[in-house]
Amino acid sequence: MTAEHVSTEHVTSEPTLRSRALGVVADWSSDQRSFKSASWGKAMMWIFLVSDTFVFSCFLISYMTVRMSTTVEWPHPSEIFALDIGGKKIPLILIAIMTFDLITSSGTMAMAVNFAYARQRKKAAILMLVTAFFGAAFVGMQAFEWSKLIHEGVRPWGNPFGAAQFGSSFFMITGFHGFHVSVGVIFLLLIARAVWRGDYDVGRRGFFTSRKGRYEIVEIMGLYWHFVDLVWVFIFAFFYLW
Amino acid sequence: MTATTDDMTHGHVPVAQAAQPAAQAHGQQHPIKLYLLVWVLLFVLSACSYLVDYFDVQGYLRWFLIVVFMLLKAGLIVAVFMHMAWERLALVVAILMPPMAVLVLMAMMAWEGEYTKYLREFFFG
Repeated sequence: MTAEHVSTEHVTSEPTLRSRALGVVADWSSDQRSFKSASWGKAMMWIFLVSDTFVFSCFLISYMTVRMSTTVEWPHPSEIFALDIGGKKIPLILIAIMTFDLITSSGTMAMAVNFAYARQRKKAAILMLVTAFFGAAFVGMQAFEWSKLIHEGVRPWGNPFGAAQFGSSFFMITGFHGFHVSVGVIFLLLIARAVWRGDYDVGRRGFFTSRKGRYEIVEIMGLYWHFVDLVWVFIFAFFYLW
Repeated sequence: MTATTDDMTHGHVPVAQAAQPAAQAHGQQHPIKLYLLVWVLLFVLSACSYLVDYFDVQGYLRWFLIVVFMLLKAGLIVAVFMHMAWERLALVVAILMPPMAVLVLMAMMAWEGEYTKYLREFFFG
């Protein structure tokens, strides 16, 4: 278990690409663990995120396929997601606000990870709560967007603006992403609570796992949260801007 | 090249030592300043991609700009926020290579989509 200890040692010399490539071979053939610098928890979160990448890729690729194959004109997201603000119609403004909101939450999450490793647990917990707040705000805006579109007659099987596949793609992709954000908010709150109480300082055992946690959980949580932001980058580009 | 093969045949120790530290997980801690910089960059890039829509840029320029801003944002998030830039290459390769297979699926489905559209226009158009 000594390998699991958090260490702040860093290699000072800059490795060349060749030595790094040899490192890949050495790591994978070393007959013990391949991910030398990442704990199991972090490696497993990464592998989960890879699988999630495939899920979202399949959604976005099926969206591409139906959009390319339809002979009916695709509805213009720029107009559909426009909002009237002060009597002026501003295109796509809600989606832009949601994007900035999610990026901000990613920023606060990154800082929370830093403070958690610095053992400043109150600051870390507060930043995680701020992150959860922005996440919840994002889900709220998405709920507003959904009800607006449903009110305008957009359904998974058709809509008044154009190609019927627009609705099914929209609800499927944004719904699955919103679900990820919601789950993230719940876990952020749970971990923020544990950090605030100092669970990882006193070695209190977890509710589900009955095992002692480490501050690294904040970084692992952060990986998930940044991934949710990452997926939104692609959804924003392909679904809303394309 | 000869020196390395020599090392490898006579014993894997020198190469392995140079490239391979003892397994140890270390927490990722980096200056807050860097995070703030990335945050600002992400804001600027998002604003840029929003402006593409706001000023109604069309055609290939639109697609080019959207994809460039998207990839820059994704790169910044993965490299800095998710600390990929500081992980060992073995992890980076294991995580970032498999999703490249998605590009193959994308190419196949684009082909398929075009074909379906052609059939629809041919028979129902």
